[in-house]
Amino acid sequence: MKPRHKRMVMIVLALVVLAVAATLVLRAFNSNLVFFFTPSDVVANKVPQQKTFRLGGLVEQGSLQRQDNGLTVHFRLTDNAQTVKVVYTGILPDLFREGRGAVTEGRMGPDGEFHAEQVLAKHDENYMPPEVAEALKKTEQDRQAAAAATGAQGK
Amino acid sequence: MSGINWFKYASPASFYPLAGRLVPWCGGITVILSLIGLYIGFFVAPTDFQQGEAYRIIFIHVPAAWMSMCIYVVMAGYAALGLIFNTRLSAMMATSLAPTGAMFTFLALWTGALWGKPMWGAWWVWDARLTSELILLFLYIGFMSLQASIDDPRRASRASALLALVGVVNVPIIYFSVKWWNTLHQGASIRFDAAPTMAATMLTAMLVMTLAFWAYTITVVLMRVRSEILERERHTDWVAETLEQGK
Repeated sequence: MKPRHKRMVMIVLALVVLAVAATLVLRAFNSNLVFFFTPSDVVANKVPQQKTFRLGGLVEQGSLQRQDNGLTVHFRLTDNAQTVKVVYTGILPDLFREGRGAVTEGRMGPDGEFHAEQVLAKHDENYMPPEVAEALKKTEQDRQAAAAATGAQGK
Repeated sequence: MSGINWFKYASPASFYPLAGRLVPWCGGITVILSLIGLYIGFFVAPTDFQQGEAYRIIFIHVPAAWMSMCIYVVMAGYAALGLIFNTRLSAMMATSLAPTGAMFTFLALWTGALWGKPMWGAWWVWDARLTSELILLFLYIGFMSLQASIDDPRRASRASALLALVGVVNVPIIYFSVKWWNTLHQGASIRFDAAPTMAATMLTAMLVMTLAFWAYTITVVLMRVRSEILERERHTDWVAETLEQGK
């Protein structure tokens, strides 16, 4: 083998070893790399007690309530399996809406409500003009209506 | 490595004039593509249904983030070639790519912060995507400082090439971070295994801007590698001749 072939084999081997090492380390760290916990984690008691942590999920439709002082809001976060009540005092980000994702940071209160100190809005990777979004929504509604109609006929 | 014309330009002496001829062309392409890309991005692409006009920072943010990762892979590739074949030009290319890669990484982080504040409600969060991109910036800075700290250029290139190669593991981590872990950063809109989830004109603007950034990268890297060649080969006859001719 020529010296440069030797060097090539050495470098490829070293990179393979490195990749394996990195994979193992990341697998070991997996649970610590989670940016937020889900409502199911809260119900299953997998979240840190007496410590702040982040809780993420979808803001449940119709759950957003404002208190009279105008700043304190109550809402429920869901992962479609479990829901957790959240209370927050402060200004919500622009993209915070019912039915959309949000990540909150805070701690569980003794009342079983999650007391958030910070609320972040999580948006998805879809970008489209408003007209297209409107059309998509309409198609979806039509489809559901049609499904309901055929379902009713079947009975 | 001799006999084939392809390897002619692996020698600094013949690459130097070639790079000089390419620079104005690449520079021109950069200007034209940036103007087209920014025009489509700002005037043709529609408003987004949930983020309004603020989403338009995507036309800088995403191409910059792509470039930060692509340049790192190219830089590590040159570093590996330099280590394996001992080619002088490869090490110089790696050196010349690093500052541009670091600039694009910084640009991606900075535009991301400007975008994150109004949309998410925070300038910065320690989620996997943002943190791994920050590590990429540190890798670039580490690469440059390691090279600057060793006086002998050949030893400097070898040491920094090893660092560049070790850092390559970070690139797939950045790319897949949004898939592997719960992150605040949303998933990829443009993927290898699925149709893009954005309107066609938005996509066009983003791709044109990416090409513009590539043209920019090639332009400045060729300019930088030319001075790098002159500096490292200053004791050779051809450099003396070139300088005498005033080219």
